[in-house]
Amino acid sequence: MSRVRADEEEYWHSSKFRAFTFDDEDDELSQLKESKRAVNSLRDIVDDDDDDLERVSWSGEPVGSISWSIKETASGSTSSLDGRDSSLQKGSSSYAALPKQASSYSLSSLFKGRNKLSSFQSLSDALTDTGVKNYAPELRRPKAEYKDYSSDWSPKDTVRRMQRGKVCSLERFRSLQDKLVLLDEAVAGHDGNVITAVLIFLKRTLRREILFRELEVRQVALCHLIHFLRETGEQKFLLDLLRFLDRTEEVALSQYREHLNIQDVEKRREFLKGCIGLPFSAEDTSHIQDHYTLLERQIIIEANDRHLEMAGQSELFRKYPRKASILNMPLVTTLFYSCFYHYTEAEGMFSSPTNLKKTFKIPDKQYVLTALAARAKLRAWGDVDALLTTKNWLGYTKKKAPIGFHRVVEILQRNNAPVQVLQEYVRLVEDVETRLNLATKYKCHDVVIETYRDLKDRVQLTAYKSKVERGSAEEEKIQNILSNMQIRWKN
Amino acid sequence: MRFIADIVNADKMSGRSRKYKIIFSPQKFYACEMVLEEEGVFGDVTCDEWSFYLLPLDEDIISMELPEFFRDYFLEGDHRWINPVARALQLLNSLYGPFGRTYGIGRSAKMSYELWRDLEEESESEGQGRKPEIGHVFLMDRDTDYVTALCSQVVYEGLVDDTFRIKCGSVDFGPEVTSSDKSIKVLLNSQDKVFSQIRNEHFSSVFGFLSQKSRNLQAQYDRRRGMDIKQMKDFVSQELKGLKQEHRLLSLHIGACESIMKKKTKQDFQETIKAEHSLLEGFDIRESTSFIEEHIDRQVSPIESLRLMCLLSITENGLVPKDYRSLKTQYLQSYGPEHLLTFHNLKRMGLLTEQSAGETLTAVESKVSKLVTDRAAGKITDAFSSLARKSNFRAISKKLGLIPRLDGEYDLKMPRDMAYVFGGAYVPLSCKIIEQVLERRGWQGLEEVVRLLNGNEFSASDSTVEDNPACEAQRVVLAVFLGGCTFSEIAALRFLGKERGGEGGEGKGREGKGSARLSWGMHGDGSGSVAAAPQHCPASPTGCKFIFLTTAITNSARMMEATIEAKA
Repeated sequence: MSRVRADEEEYWHSSKFRAFTFDDEDDELSQLKESKRAVNSLRDIVDDDDDDLERVSWSGEPVGSISWSIKETASGSTSSLDGRDSSLQKGSSSYAALPKQASSYSLSSLFKGRNKLSSFQSLSDALTDTGVKNYAPELRRPKAEYKDYSSDWSPKDTVRRMQRGKVCSLERFRSLQDKLVLLDEAVAGHDGNVITAVLIFLKRTLRREILFRELEVRQVALCHLIHFLRETGEQKFLLDLLRFLDRTEEVALSQYREHLNIQDVEKRREFLKGCIGLPFSAEDTSHIQDHYTLLERQIIIEANDRHLEMAGQSELFRKYPRKASILNMPLVTTLFYSCFYHYTEAEGMFSSPTNLKKTFKIPDKQYVLTALAARAKLRAWGDVDALLTTKNWLGYTKKKAPIGFHRVVEILQRNNAPVQVLQEYVRLVEDVETRLNLATKYKCHDVVIETYRDLKDRVQLTAYKSKVERGSAEEEKIQNILSNMQIRWKN
Repeated sequence: MRFIADIVNADKMSGRSRKYKIIFSPQKFYACEMVLEEEGVFGDVTCDEWSFYLLPLDEDIISMELPEFFRDYFLEGDHRWINPVARALQLLNSLYGPFGRTYGIGRSAKMSYELWRDLEEESESEGQGRKPEIGHVFLMDRDTDYVTALCSQVVYEGLVDDTFRIKCGSVDFGPEVTSSDKSIKVLLNSQDKVFSQIRNEHFSSVFGFLSQKSRNLQAQYDRRRGMDIKQMKDFVSQELKGLKQEHRLLSLHIGACESIMKKKTKQDFQETIKAEHSLLEGFDIRESTSFIEEHIDRQVSPIESLRLMCLLSITENGLVPKDYRSLKTQYLQSYGPEHLLTFHNLKRMGLLTEQSAGETLTAVESKVSKLVTDRAAGKITDAFSSLARKSNFRAISKKLGLIPRLDGEYDLKMPRDMAYVFGGAYVPLSCKIIEQVLERRGWQGLEEVVRLLNGNEFSASDSTVEDNPACEAQRVVLAVFLGGCTFSEIAALRFLGKERGGEGGEGKGREGKGSARLSWGMHGDGSGSVAAAPQHCPASPTGCKFIFLTTAITNSARMMEATIEAKA
């Protein structure tokens, strides 16, 4: 303890204020107690609010290197220590009245003074008195001692102080053992900020392999380090860590993630090509492969189409100018695009829809849905019809929609299909109720009328008569049905 | 940080000298300082902290405005926001006196609690001696109940949030709502007389209420006919302003309703809700799966598709591998291959997983561990156990009766239980847990549920606070949501509070609102000037009033967005 105190006194000793009290050498003992008290009280102040002081240590600089001459005396002969002690303490006591200022004064001011040697004559005298040279071998000690001053806390206390947002020097934790205890305390303290701070320190002061090895059994800390590396963008370090942990899939994903930062498409394509070989799961490898192929296609299509558009010779591009480039769009969007601009192309062309369908194994349902939307947008009703027509082996044609005809109707309606077109598909909706609803909503009178007839619902049919236009063909049709004696109405 | 450092360095290069100040809120991170130091600008910049923890959004909602909590903790496993939560608790504790009993579930809840106790022990003086004003505290991790947060909201406030996004208690109503050409920013809280009456209602009852209200308003306006001059003068000076104000609010909310209706019809809202309900009940899984599939194929919305997939996964304890593959492939095709990363994130969080039968898992595990060294075996077990983290939703739902038995139509205007916030189809799990624990004053009897929820429950009581149920403070419950809470949950707990108050004889009337309120003043440093006075609640001995503290207000979309890999 007294050792520590002496160290503290060293500190004050090294402040320039000491010079003022220098000639007050006599009456040592009587003042000793008083000054001790003063120092103690000073320490309280320091303890409570030592940010200023510690800032000196944190920034680290000249403290250790230049203060040699002063500090060395402390470890020297006791006699000289005593002599110095008293003077020092007086210095402190006289100075206790203005504590804050002193600390912010910091050591650097002292060094300036000392270098000039003029204004601090007395100080240097004192130093020569105690015989600096004798203690030169212990040149580096002061720094350590000084550090003690601010960070002589147990790992637990250090963590606590850091949690309260105080600056703490971690340099003192030098042995691996100490470092790990510190880390474990930080984790136990539940404060991610502190855990990260300790990890930054460990990362700086430990060889990678050792750090990795220790983190492997400390999952919480590991998460923090990974997150930290990700946030600060230390990709290489991160990959090393993941490789060490045998988390190959994460290695692959982390590398793949980088493509998001590559703006240039050619470079991105190259990068993705490199990603294909990464240790993804089998399933993901095919996704990455697809990603690469897709971008490759998009680059080709984009180059072609931009050219076409610029030339202004294609009517399609003139009539419907492209809103955005197709690069980096999802596959379905690309499919839509190709159904829109390149529907009739032969399968050999990269930009043809059938080629896309085949290359990426797009399911039927998805294909029909997308093609339908694209063709309907162009109001190419013939294509719509062809898309939904299948021929069986006898040569009969049949309408089929893997997505359900109510969806077909919805898509067509959204694209303002004429009633004649709409009607055809409404009729094919299987569920009667849905069919009636859709037919009524979109005014497909024929379908409504026929459905009611099939349901033998006279009441509803009669009611519907009032909804159609007077004297129209529909009204006549209803009239005919109603007067048909062969229908057995259910009501 | 790097961004700031770049600015400073650029200035340095060009020889400009300025003063820089960074204000960190709510706290400064060591990692940020490190970046400043690395970039060589440490000394050039002065830093300050603004210890901003609590933002009162309303008289019963306090937000910490830390939406980052969700991703940082639940995805990255970073504990950096635990400290702010603990400090917020400390602050509340010093303002409202010691809490009587504390309950909680979830790992971050437990850590926050421990850290808070730690802080409390250090500064024993402050909060002590104050009359306790909050009887119970309940801390809950968001991952205890993802299901509720993933559901479409149908109470008015939740719908407004889902549709227009409420930010810090205010919302921007666009031209389609205001029926003019500019948008209006509106504060939504209990000060808004119209809003406060409809915020907690199921959307279907809101229309009726609004039209009734406008009829009343019309009638009041009409009174001015046949008035003499003096009456007219009184009318103009006293009532007209209020009426005009009400008129403005009414037309705003009617506009909002219309706009919501329009949007929802376009998105097949009814069908979506239907699919959600069958997921919650566990019926027609195939049908729901193909509904989701179609949703993806049509590129309806990346967020919505993802949400439904997560809901399917959690309620079903993971997807069947075949479905998982096909949905994932289709999703990547529809919304972009880079979402591969998103899927990875969701898997890590347990939000979207592939089913793997428990037996096969252990079998494989033991086989593998025979073959390899101990250390590697440990690693494998770790990997497996993280995979095996199950949601067990179905079992929990059964145990707690989350799906109400239906006899006849559920009357949404006169709700029977908290299920009304989801159209009578589902009682929010999070709220049910809170209800049960408060009722039992602990976790006794809930062991099985706790096990299914992956444990980490705790309860503690402050011995210095007398456990007197008649005491006013006993009726105030602070519900703390770590990782966000939804307006549906808030509505459900408000309802629960009223309901429990109603048992005292006031009936189920809406007037039975517990009137215990925390009135907030503006507070600078968080101490001192807050005038907090739960006024007393006369009749009901069992009533309670919930106060909410959440890291942020969340909803399904915000949650999903947090998991998506951002495009740089």
